[in-house]
Amino acid sequence: MTLHLQNVTKRFGDFTAVDNLSLEIPEKEMFGFLGANGAGKTTTFRMILGLLDATEGKISWDNQKITYDTSHLIGYLPEERGLYPKVKVSEQLVYLGRLRGMDKRAVLKQLEYWLERFRVPEYANKKVEELSKGNQQKIQFIASVIHKPKLLILDEPFSGLDPVNVELLKEAVIDLKKDGTSIVFSSHRMEHVEELCNHLCIMHHGKPIVHGSLKEIKRSFGKKNVIVHADFDISHIANIPGVVKAKKTAEGMHLQVESEGISQKILEAISGKGFVRKFVLEEPSLNDIFIDKVGASYE
Amino acid sequence: MNKFWIILFHTYMSKLKTKSFIITTIITALIVVGLSNIETVIDRFDSDDESTKVGVLDETGELLPLFQQQLQMTDESIVTQELLVTEEEANRLVTEGELTGYLLLTYDSENLPQGVYKANSITNSNISSRIQQALQQVKVSLATENAGITQGQLNQLFSPVSFEQIALEQNAKTEEELNQARGLVYVLLFVIYFAVIMYASMIAMEVATEKSSRVMEILISSVSPIKQMFGKILGIGLLSLTQMVVILLIGYTSIRRNMDSMEGGFFEVFGFEELPVSTFVYAIIFFLLGYFLFATLAAFLGSLVSRIEDVQQMITPMTLLIVAAFMIAMFGLTKPEAPFITVTSFIPFFTPMIMFLRVGMLNLPFWEIALGIGLLVVTIVLFAIFGARVYRGGVLMYGKSNSFKDIKKALQLTKEK
Repeated sequence: MTLHLQNVTKRFGDFTAVDNLSLEIPEKEMFGFLGANGAGKTTTFRMILGLLDATEGKISWDNQKITYDTSHLIGYLPEERGLYPKVKVSEQLVYLGRLRGMDKRAVLKQLEYWLERFRVPEYANKKVEELSKGNQQKIQFIASVIHKPKLLILDEPFSGLDPVNVELLKEAVIDLKKDGTSIVFSSHRMEHVEELCNHLCIMHHGKPIVHGSLKEIKRSFGKKNVIVHADFDISHIANIPGVVKAKKTAEGMHLQVESEGISQKILEAISGKGFVRKFVLEEPSLNDIFIDKVGASYE
Repeated sequence: MNKFWIILFHTYMSKLKTKSFIITTIITALIVVGLSNIETVIDRFDSDDESTKVGVLDETGELLPLFQQQLQMTDESIVTQELLVTEEEANRLVTEGELTGYLLLTYDSENLPQGVYKANSITNSNISSRIQQALQQVKVSLATENAGITQGQLNQLFSPVSFEQIALEQNAKTEEELNQARGLVYVLLFVIYFAVIMYASMIAMEVATEKSSRVMEILISSVSPIKQMFGKILGIGLLSLTQMVVILLIGYTSIRRNMDSMEGGFFEVFGFEELPVSTFVYAIIFFLLGYFLFATLAAFLGSLVSRIEDVQQMITPMTLLIVAAFMIAMFGLTKPEAPFITVTSFIPFFTPMIMFLRVGMLNLPFWEIALGIGLLVVTIVLFAIFGARVYRGGVLMYGKSNSFKDIKKALQLTKEK
């Protein structure tokens, strides 16, 4: 049940929203999509779901095109949140669940389980407009997973949630993955992708800039981070050849270096000059990679 | 169950349960019951009314009995009373409300009767015209008498000419039948007009609500937009049919029940005493066709707006079309055979009302009805195909835009290559 995207391009008139995107998303994996607004994430999702047709290229899941015949195997949480504001939670989930091929009793049973899990069992008989935004989002998440999909597409699942609810949702997503659901999700938050995904893709202006497994991406990036905290002035280390970026912080400096070796030169340059509180050589964060590749700060 | 049916019944049931639907149905049913009992209602009010008292100040001293006799023949509800007082006194009686008014009878220069009617207000022309009529009769009989014409000659002069209309075409409706049909067609046209506007805009509102609340994207990821659109249109169609049937049944039985008590009254004027079933059947057929035509139009117009507030603006051109059809139909009520009416009855946007008008009032050859319906059905199918494509793209479009340029944009979204 691998999801394949082969040279997929989508143009709206003169505007190219997605440009020659090729991806392979293995079964039972969690795949992260990163990119700024307008990078083409939502368009890609809509093409995967068959809501839009690709201008060029092919999308297949388990070697077949995704159509409405397989919609009971697919879950989708759109970026723009919304449910019927004036309809009771249980009623609309029954409707949405039946459209995904479930019967009423199964929906109610699942709904009970999920509401319990999200610690809001009393919401079943409330109208959606009476719930807070964060709670509406939980309900919508339930709507996208209630039929136990094999492929789950989450467009910005964590945006607008408080940290407690983010954790609740994250746990749910991890459990779904354990149960064998392939999950594709997009996020603005690098740390969520870093934490959850084995594979990822960074999109920029419709083009995939970086794509592969998290480890490989980090390894092939080459650059490392060095963090130095010291009690004396160390600003001169920014001029050491091989230091790409330097940023002063309250306690010292954050540096980005071209390769591991440079860190030793930095160490030499400060050793014996005073008291060094902290000296760390780190893997680059996804954020560093993103900024480096996209060329702009993002959040 | 097929997803199409799930959507159809969900739309139907959830709308059926809304307060607004129940209330409109009840109010309309009450109005229908009220109208069909209107004769009783009017009688109830009339019986409380005292009969009109009119005084007569006869200065000639001889015209009164003749006048009273004539008035008696035209209207029994006006009671006359001889006044043997001065004009000032008579004026006072009227202002104080003892009398509705009084008539001053005199002779003119040619020794023929003339009258002045005085009342507090002269808005009730009914009374004064009756009095004038009676006085006219008095004058005619006096004048003819003066001219030496005998009663026999007089009868000859005034007896109505024998005149009869015969339509050579078989089954052609007589003038009387036409008048009767007019009333029923008029009422049913109103029903079609209101129902089409109401339910077509309900569709547009539904679509816009789903779009603006963003539930649309979830829906169309589990069921194709085309199925969703037609499930919705048919669901609301079923809803409208339910309401129609309820109201028509209540109306029909209520009229039937009151039929005996109202012979020659209001209902005869409106042509209800025969209640031709075919007219009702055609009304439902043309309503449904009109609904489907405008509902497909409304669905794709609704799919183009992002906010509910923009819906009315978007469907205004469509509403104007329906209003235009209704205006033409109103004109056609008096001249159902005008060439203009014949032509417009074949224009699909107008067919539901104007072809119905012609069917209800004339005896049309069947091919004309079939042609009108055929053209309408073809248009509905074309609109459905076109509308479905616009709809598919439209539901994914968000933004402040809401112009007809968006139709092109929406079509572009669904383009495959």
